[in-house]
Amino acid sequence: MSTPPLDDKTVGELREIAARYPEARSGLLPMLHLVQSVQGRITPEGIEACAAILDISPAEVNGVATFYTMYKKHGVGDFHVGVCTNTLCAVMGGDEIFARLKDHLEIGNDEVAVQRQGDSRTVSLEHIECNAACDYAPVVMVNWEFMDNQTPESAVQMVEALRAGHDVSSTRGPKLCTWREAERVLAGFPDGRVDEGPTAGEASLVGLRIARERGWTAPDAVTTPAVEAEKKAEGEA
Amino acid sequence: MSDTLTPVLTDTWDAEQGWKLATYAARGGYDALDAAFAMSPDDVITAVKDSGLRGRGGAGFPTGMKWSFIPQDNPKPKYLVVNADESEPGTCKDIPLMMGNPHVLVEGVIISSYAIRANKAFIYIRGEVVHVIRRVQAAVAEAYAAGHLGKDIHGSGYDLDVVVHAGAGAYICGEETALLEGLEGRRGQPRLRPPFPAVAGLYASPTVINNVESIASVPAIVKKGAAWFASMGTEKSKGHGIFSLSGHVQKPGQYEAPLGITLRELLDLAGGIREGHQLKFWTPGGSSTPLLTADHLDVPLDFEGVGGVGSMLGTRALQLFDETVCVVRAVLRWTEFYKHESCGKCTPCREGTWWLVQALTRLENGQGSEADLDQLLDQCDNILGRSFCALGDGATSPVSSSIQHFRDEYLAHLSHGGCPFDPAKSTAWAGQEVSA
Repeated sequence: MSTPPLDDKTVGELREIAARYPEARSGLLPMLHLVQSVQGRITPEGIEACAAILDISPAEVNGVATFYTMYKKHGVGDFHVGVCTNTLCAVMGGDEIFARLKDHLEIGNDEVAVQRQGDSRTVSLEHIECNAACDYAPVVMVNWEFMDNQTPESAVQMVEALRAGHDVSSTRGPKLCTWREAERVLAGFPDGRVDEGPTAGEASLVGLRIARERGWTAPDAVTTPAVEAEKKAEGEA
Repeated sequence: MSDTLTPVLTDTWDAEQGWKLATYAARGGYDALDAAFAMSPDDVITAVKDSGLRGRGGAGFPTGMKWSFIPQDNPKPKYLVVNADESEPGTCKDIPLMMGNPHVLVEGVIISSYAIRANKAFIYIRGEVVHVIRRVQAAVAEAYAAGHLGKDIHGSGYDLDVVVHAGAGAYICGEETALLEGLEGRRGQPRLRPPFPAVAGLYASPTVINNVESIASVPAIVKKGAAWFASMGTEKSKGHGIFSLSGHVQKPGQYEAPLGITLRELLDLAGGIREGHQLKFWTPGGSSTPLLTADHLDVPLDFEGVGGVGSMLGTRALQLFDETVCVVRAVLRWTEFYKHESCGKCTPCREGTWWLVQALTRLENGQGSEADLDQLLDQCDNILGRSFCALGDGATSPVSSSIQHFRDEYLAHLSHGGCPFDPAKSTAWAGQEVSA
């Protein structure tokens, strides 16, 4: 995969990120996301560029880059597939999905699948920790977009569609962009996809739907006895 | 007496384009700002204190009291930081809240910042949720364009800037001082306290760090009154909270109810445990809260009720497991998570979680002896309370509570020579394969 150099535009954007904060170093996490969006991973050049802008040592930047799991020292695919194997998703089938994808893609954890003849895109695979979507278990993330309620079969079909270059959409989000494009959003540069996808997925709405059916609501501020009592007390005072 | 479910924060989630300012404003959104600006900052703090709102990120510390700890005579700038690093296993409420109703968070940020006299606020969102970050970025941009953020908001003379900050993958950054380290561009390792962040937080300045749901609860408190909020919930656990049901339940999802609802009531709404199975164990508030069993269905899910049975309300992340699930497998997997996420700063947590994984792996494979259970509990003793932050403490919860409730199941692994359970029976599609 290509690793274009950090041009003047990118260096300008790195400075722009640092300028968002009262102290420039606070920009380091999003700056490293921007490096990944351009170069596909954390490169020595990216580390030195951040260090120069923030006036800290490359070792300090490297120390940060190696602490957080979203920063990659080696490249990932156009579509980075993360299978949740924390307890709840694992039990609900995440372990089986991860095993099937490893077998199907013929790779291990944190590896990129071979780009076969005819594949227009690449995929990589990683097992991930809880991604805060437990009511949609088992959950798979692609480039950090939700792919809810997966099965081994649906996951295999999804990675094949991605490799073939077909459009695939998040189950409650936008059409999937590439990993590098997603990294740019994380660096704080919106991509205009915000209005895609629903307000909420189905599981998020189950309680609200029951409340609507049964006419349950939060109490009304005016008719709350406690408020009435307070008003009465104020009136007497 | 409140209704069984009380949608407040979830109330707009079924709206078309609920993330847009126009949708939020049509329902009275940002009206609470003028109500707040008509009050003094101290009166806003008093209102939040009077409401009884306690932190919704797990610890349950009174929010208004936290705000009042900010020393206003300190000449340094004050900061508000929203902890949107939702990562506790089982916890899945802040993510849909920010996806579906980001403006209630932004409005809460403005009022809360006004109360503590901060002119700069940060929303630290875990990086692994790109679409949620898009929604919050857009909400902040819309709020600026509408004059709800920036200089002289609504002609009040009050200025506020908000920065949306994406994390980069680290459970530990949900711990407030580790989050501050991340926000300062460093490795996310917790700080020794005191000093507490209220005195020396971000950039060594007075800082309030609150959970997303806590901050999002503030606009309604200001608009409808502290007494309105306090009319829901129980004596010491006031208000509404989002309860997240996941696992072997018919209708997993989000249920917003007054604090004090029971799992029995929630299960009744959620259609019960999946067909043909029974509840075996559950977490009341994420994996760091000790496991409970079917004996605890009627425990009021408030801070005191869950504390009273030896666990914690935590984040109301109710992960439900039926009788097909091996508790040793479940606990081993959580322990591997804590080992992976331990930041490495404190020896008891860094080394202790590693040793827990070794011992649990042996037991899950049917190796070792009953004495290993005592050794596990001894290891827990050497981790609990011995590190800077609560990650290590949380790691001991599933281990010690599972031995307490399911000692015989650990022993069955030894007599069986391995795990007696079939993981295929626990999957979401297990029943469908049998009938197919």
